[in-house]
This record gives sequence, C-alpha cells and structure tokens, in this order.
Amino acid sequence: MSATFEFPKAVVEAALQTVNPTSRRDFLKSSGALVLSVGVNSFPASKAFAQAGGTGPYPDPDFRQLDTWIVIHPDNTATFFVGKTDGGQGTGTAFRQLMCDELDIAYADTRLVMGHTDITPDQGGSGGSDAIERDGWPMRRVAAEARRVLLELAAERLDAPLAALEVRDATISVGSDSTRSITYAQLIGGQRFDVALTGSDVNATRGLADIKPVDALRVVGQSVQRYDIPPKVDGSLTWAVDMRLPGMVHARNVRPPLAGATLRGIDAASIADIPGLVKVVSRGNYVAVVCEREEHAMRAARQLQVDWAPPPQAPFPASAALFDYMRGATPTSSSEPIRRGNPEAAFETAHRVIEAEYAVPFQGHTAIGPAHALADPSEGQMTIYSNDMKTYGLRNGVAKFLDMPRERVRVVYMDGPQVYGRTAADDVGFEAAFLARELGRPVRVQWMRDEETAWDTKGPAYTFKLRGGLDTEGRVIALDYDARAADYNHLWYNDPDTVLIAQLMGRRSAAPFAGFASAPAVLYAVPHQRMATHVVRLPLIWETPLRTGNLRDPNGPQVTFAFESFIDELAAGAQVDPVQLRLDMLAASPEDDRFLRARSLAAVRAAAAAYGWDPRPSPQLRNTKSRAADPILTGRGIAYTYRIGTVVATIAEVEVDRRTGRVWVKRLVCAHDCGLVVNPEGLRNTVECGMLHALSRALWEEVQFDTEKVTSVDWLTHPSLRHSDTPASIEVVIVNGDPNPGRPDLPPYGAGEASHKPVIAAVANAVYDATGVRLRRPPFRKERVLAALQAAAV
Amino acid sequence: MSLLTLRVNGATHEADVDPATPLLYVLRNDLGLRGPRFGCGLAQCGTCTVLVDGAAIRSCVVPAAQISGEITTLEGLAKNGELDPLQQAWIDEQVPQCGYCHNGQIMNARALLDRNPNPTDAEIRQGMEGALCRCMTYYRVQAAIKRVVREAQARAEASAE
Ligand code: FES
Ligand code: FES
Repeated sequence: MSATFEFPKAVVEAALQTVNPTSRRDFLKSSGALVLSVGVNSFPASKAFAQAGGTGPYPDPDFRQLDTWIVIHPDNTATFFVGKTDGGQGTGTAFRQLMCDELDIAYADTRLVMGHTDITPDQGGSGGSDAIERDGWPMRRVAAEARRVLLELAAERLDAPLAALEVRDATISVGSDSTRSITYAQLIGGQRFDVALTGSDVNATRGLADIKPVDALRVVGQSVQRYDIPPKVDGSLTWAVDMRLPGMVHARNVRPPLAGATLRGIDAASIADIPGLVKVVSRGNYVAVVCEREEHAMRAARQLQVDWAPPPQAPFPASAALFDYMRGATPTSSSEPIRRGNPEAAFETAHRVIEAEYAVPFQGHTAIGPAHALADPSEGQMTIYSNDMKTYGLRNGVAKFLDMPRERVRVVYMDGPQVYGRTAADDVGFEAAFLARELGRPVRVQWMRDEETAWDTKGPAYTFKLRGGLDTEGRVIALDYDARAADYNHLWYNDPDTVLIAQLMGRRSAAPFAGFASAPAVLYAVPHQRMATHVVRLPLIWETPLRTGNLRDPNGPQVTFAFESFIDELAAGAQVDPVQLRLDMLAASPEDDRFLRARSLAAVRAAAAAYGWDPRPSPQLRNTKSRAADPILTGRGIAYTYRIGTVVATIAEVEVDRRTGRVWVKRLVCAHDCGLVVNPEGLRNTVECGMLHALSRALWEEVQFDTEKVTSVDWLTHPSLRHSDTPASIEVVIVNGDPNPGRPDLPPYGAGEASHKPVIAAVANAVYDATGVRLRRPPFRKERVLAALQAAAV
Repeated sequence: MSLLTLRVNGATHEADVDPATPLLYVLRNDLGLRGPRFGCGLAQCGTCTVLVDGAAIRSCVVPAAQISGEITTLEGLAKNGELDPLQQAWIDEQVPQCGYCHNGQIMNARALLDRNPNPTDAEIRQGMEGALCRCMTYYRVQAAIKRVVREAQARAEASAE
C-alpha cells in the first residue's frame, strides 16, 4: 500500500538524535537508506510518515491510530512516537519505561521519537510538569492496546486460548512452553496494526485494553539510566544549536538600545566593509543583519549604525524603585478575595497581630545557551529546527505569523538548553522563519548573551503584605494575604501577536493579557482567612525587555517565599517550633481524595527526621558565649508546600558569615511525594536541580534596570549560582508515604517544579534561625545580608 | 581571509578564515565540531571550553590564529574507543539535566584533574568555579569528579599491592 518513504537527511538525523549511538547506526543501516522504517517492503514508521513528505503537506499524525504511536520492527524491537519534549528531566526515558511495561518489551529493545510536528502525535510538547502526570496516560493505554492486539494475533497463530498465553520480552508463548511461542516481530514486524483508537482528544486516547495495575509494573520504578546522557557527554549529539544546512546563512538581531525606542534610520554603509554581508533586514523596530559567516554577522550587528528615537516617557522605574512603584500603582485587575470565616472579626479578637511585607524582583530564564533556531524555507515550505518545548505551538504560531498554510510548516525538535517555561526559544523560532522567508535561504538565528539576559521573558516581580492573628495559646486564628504581581501583558506560548518580533514590527494582540497574581496553596487549618491578589503594570507594556511569561512554577517560588516565611514569623511570634506549628495546622485540616493532608504530614515528618531536626523555636539564642565569638552563624529553616498532587517539605541549613554577609546553604533535605515514581534516580536528579535552581533565585538572581534599559546583561551583571555555592550535602527523601507506604496506588504527579517552590523560604527561615534577622526580599546577596546584620547589630 | 592550520583531536585541519575569528566559530562552522558551544562569548560561562596542550581555554574569545598547540575537544577525549573516565563518571552519576553546559563542565574538570589529580572538595569547587550551569547540576558534577578521583586512587592502590 504505502511505499517506503524518504525523509530529508537532516530531519531523520534530528529525529534519531537521542536513540543510542549503536542502535542508531544499526537502525540506519538496517533500513538501507535514511528512512524511518525498516525493511524493503515495510511500511512507513507510522501513518504520519506515510503522509509526511519532504515537500509537505504535513498533516497532523492521527492520534486515533495505533500506528501513529508504536511500530514493531522485523528485528523485534519497537519505536514509540510521542508528542512531548524532554528538557533534560529524563521524561523521554520515563515515557519509554511506562510504554515498555504495558507492551511487555525490554527497555533496551525500544527507542523513542519525540516532538516532531509531522511525525509524532500532538500532545502539546512540554509544560506544567505534566509529562508523566497527564501525558503518560495515553502512552500507557496505547501500549497496552498494542499488547492486546498482539495477544489476539498470537492466540490465532498458536491456536491457543488467550488465557493460556504469556508474554515476556516481546515474545508470546503458550504457558511456559517455549516450543509454542511467537515474537511480536513474527506477528506484525514491519507491518501496520491498522487499529483505530478512541478518545475525544489526545489525552483521552485509548483502545480496548486497560493498563496494568501498579503491582504488575516492572520497568517502572527502576532507575533506568537516561538514554540521552551518553551522546550528551561524548559529543556525538547534534543539538539544535549544531544544525547546519547547505546554503545556510547566519543572522543576528539588533535590538533597540533603549526600551521603547523607535527606529529612525539605518546607515547601511556603516557595515559595507563586512565580507559576506547578505542583507540588513528591518521591519518596524525589528532589525537583523544576515551574513554568510557567523563571525561576520556578529561583527555586523555590533558595527551597524542605527538611529533610534528615545521613547516619549520612561518605560519603567529603575529596579531600585520597583517595589515602591508597584505598591503605589493602581491595579489593572484585582481578584475577588478568597475568604474563609470572618477574618476582620478574628483580627479584632486576636491576642497578637503580626504583620510583614515581602518582595521578589523580576527573575529571568537566562538559559546558558542563548536562544537559537534554524529555519529552512525550501520548496515553499518552512521547516524549523528548534529546542522549543512546545513544538506544535511553534508550528501553529509561525504558520499564522507568516500567513502560511499550517500543512506547509513543520518543527523538528532537537535538544537544547533548559526550557523551564516560556523562553526565548519561542521568539527566535519566529525570527528564523521570518528571515528565512525574506531571504529564501536557510537562516540560523542566534541570540547573543546580552540579548538573552536582557530580553528573555521574566518571572513577574511581586510585593506582598501579610497579617496573622494569634490567640493566647499561640494558635494561628487569622491570616490576611495581599499580593501584587507586575505581570500585565503576560506572554503566552508561541503567540504570533506577542512574540518579540511581532511586537517590534508593530503587531499587537487585540487586548493585553490580564496576567496572573497568585494566592498560596494553603492546606493549613486557619479558621479565618482572606487572600487578595492584584496585577499591576509598568508604564511600557509592548516592546519592553521586561516581558513576563511562565518561569518554572510561574508564581510558586515568589508566593511560597512570602507565605512560608510568614508562617515562620508566626511560629517565632508564638515561640513554637516551626515544624510543630506546621504539623499542628496540617493535622487540623480536612483530608481530600489525593490524601494531601496525610501525605503532607508524612512529608514534613520525613524531612524533619532525615535532617535530625531538634524541636525548638527560632531564632537560636544569640550571644551565648560560643556564638558571640564565632564569625559563622549556623541555622536551619523549613518550608513546606504542595503543587497540584505533589507534596514537598524542604529543610535548609545555612552558614552566615557575619563579617561578609555571605550565606552558604550547606545542606538541603527534601522530602518529596509525587505519587507513583517512574524512575527514582531521574526523579532525584530533577528534584536536586529544581532545588538548586531556586537556591540561585534565593541567593543571586535579580533582573536590574535603570529607567531606560535592562542593565543585567551578562554573568557579571546577572550572577547565578556557581560551584562554590553548592551545598555540601543534598538529601532527597522519596516519601510516597500515607496512605499506602512504599508503593502507593496513587497516580504519578508532576515533579519538575514542586521542589523549586519552597527553597527561597527555607533559606530565609534558616538565616533567621541563625541570626535573628528576617530577610524579606531575595536575592540574599552578601551586601544586602551584611547591611541587614549590621542594622540589627548581629 | 587567510589559511590557518589547526591541530584538533590528533588530526590536522586547514581553514580559510579571518584570523581574528574566535576559535569557537572555526571549530564549529569550519570543522563541524559540536562539543564546544556558544554560551556567552565573554569568557564568563565555560560552555565553549577546549583544551590547548592540556590547558582549558575559552574558545569564544581566543582568535583562532593565536592557537599553535594541540587542541582537544569533547569529541576527542575518548581514547581508543574508551570514554574518558570523566565521561564515564558523568554517565554513572547521571549528571546532566539539559546537558548544554556539560562540555564546559567536563573539559574544565579534565584540565583540573590533569593539573591536580587529587583535589580536595574545596579545590574542586574552586577549580570548577568558572563553569556555569543554569540547570544547576553542580552537586552531581562534583560527585562525578570525586568518583573519578576515588576510582583512580583505588586503581593506584591496587597496582601498588
Ligand atoms: S561561551 Fe565562552 S565562556 Fe561562555
Ligand atoms: S545541564 Fe542544563 S545548563 Fe547545565
């Protein structure tokens, strides 16, 4: 029926990047050509392959076809196709584990292709830590369905009842009779399943088969090594940043030097001496230079004389004045406050009322590798090679932006630097596609360091006011939370009306997005509560480098910092142990269907036990003899939170150098419960790094600006965590405790972001414990800490 | 443009480039290497690190024409089909997240251990200070380096017995 289909070499190589090198070679060899299928009379690797051509059109792979998801090869191996991406958290490995268990095939005999818009079913790419939590389900169900179909075929071929069949490593036998067995390859290798699936959307995809119970999973729960690591450490991987095509040219953007500036003119003669200059492209306030060679494009971008008119009014206050500005601004929107009980009356009767204000600055993604993409406009189509975590969205957005039919655009997913949310990988994909069409040649766009640090999307700055009321017993009876986020015109993913190039060209969405301001996730039993949130705007909302977008657990670190710091302040006010206060408030809360209460109690207890927490109020007694003389003060702090169904309790131990103000987090303990664990080691790594990423935000990160431009432009002006800041010890306790210790039949919950949330608070609480000084505004760089210590005469 | 001769990973290459071109771009665009990567272009992050006669240099800022020694890149660390012990330790300790910075981590670690095969924890921190990671894999990077040191010591002790 369908002939073997040849893909462009670059696409196939990109698709096979993460397959391990040996099998990749065999794979290519056995196919006899650069074909993503195996054997001479074989079928395309999926229905998508059959339809997808080098020249398009590129339809959407049909998620309701089993062949879209799984191919069994004649050598009794399988390839899985999923519409996800892996930013380095090992989700690709986890997907394989999930699918292997349902299909009953050895992990080593499988490979996985991810995130190619014309090859893999649209699962939206990545985001929200829902890779395993949401998108793992259809993968498991389709793999289970493939196994069911194979068993039926085997029953017929072996002439045995279904109930008598056993499956092991892609081989089906009648009982344990090895003379009566047949492999998956013998049944269907190199052929199509031709089995229709059902489901109203991709997340609901299923066949007739049910997935296995947790107890029957074998590959799930094992620390299988990540398949993407060897090619990443031996230098054999081709990353998105490495893609090169014949006839390709290099582009660099020239950004307005002042936020909100307007282009008046370009002196093209200023770069006439640059060899291999292809073109200066400008449209509205978007300017780029294109050269045959990369180093010349960089030189041209530096050398080009551009006349910019400054904006009529200051685009934003200076970063030093930001919080005052935010507190005084009229909100663009305010939520209806969440209320419980009668907080006003409770504050009236409170024995003691404690108040505190907190603030968190803008913090950036600032990937280690600045944004990059390559776009190929050959044959009236557009192929974009990108590490964008939402490749499908990039495809749709670019098609709209360029006014091209969707089926002429495809995105080939390749590995790249961190993608913890809405990054400039979105913006650069559009730029590459636009320039490729302008030039009619493949164009590679690479952002420079200053561009990445200054112009990448930011997590919103926040200010907070908290009040708490204690009764005579030291119990928390009332809470009032009021937060403001500078998040107006928050950017969504791959939106053709708000990506940076669209903004600079003067394209606008109909209305700016209202933005988010979050209330904390509170399980604590506090009878009287009021939670209010507001969004405020800075003067300039378009073409501004202070663009906000999702950054790892978009509001969690800010909100949890303020809230869990304040809980600590209440504990100190009540002179009770901060762990005990949290346990008391959790114990008094009602249970829910995710067992959050029981699991929260278990996580807080597990963290305290692993740390060796000795119960006492904070801060430690100052000016005991030994402490008075010691230049280093030590303390510990806890913070607890949950994110959807994932529960996390984190304890930080700090050393504060009272001479310099330096804070070193010496030890981190994290008790983490995300339900079913697919890959414990992969989980540990992700949790560790999520914590250290937040530690960087606690100690170092702040986007700074004057009233004209962002002044954080490199690693000197925008410091980040370094080797010397690394804790001496990090312990991750995988709890999975109540209600079913050890191997809960809980579903898996996300693990990419939860551990990131509580760290800033845990550090601030530990510094308080050590010094008696409360830090209410990160980052806790040494100058700020020293000033606070000196002000308190510590 | 002028013809440059570079010795990289044991082979000799010629490239016809502007001599001021930073080495990074010649390695990547003319010689097709993929280990060293662009991160900052300012000698601040280490992702572009290569070894020149064993010393770690930031190829993003050094003009290609100034290099006269033997260049080793990440691709050239493996010897006779065997991964460098650091590369192996990186796999054993499952170090990377995205992995983009790990050329810099591994090449800096190689130079560090070549200088000082038995570094203390403090010396590891100090020696690796310039290699940034935005996924924050530092803890595992340090664990992998310590593993290599430990295994080398164990081998030395075994052969001394
Ligand atoms: S790219 Fe060379 S040090 Fe950052
Ligand atoms: S592993 Fe992603 S930057 Fe280091």
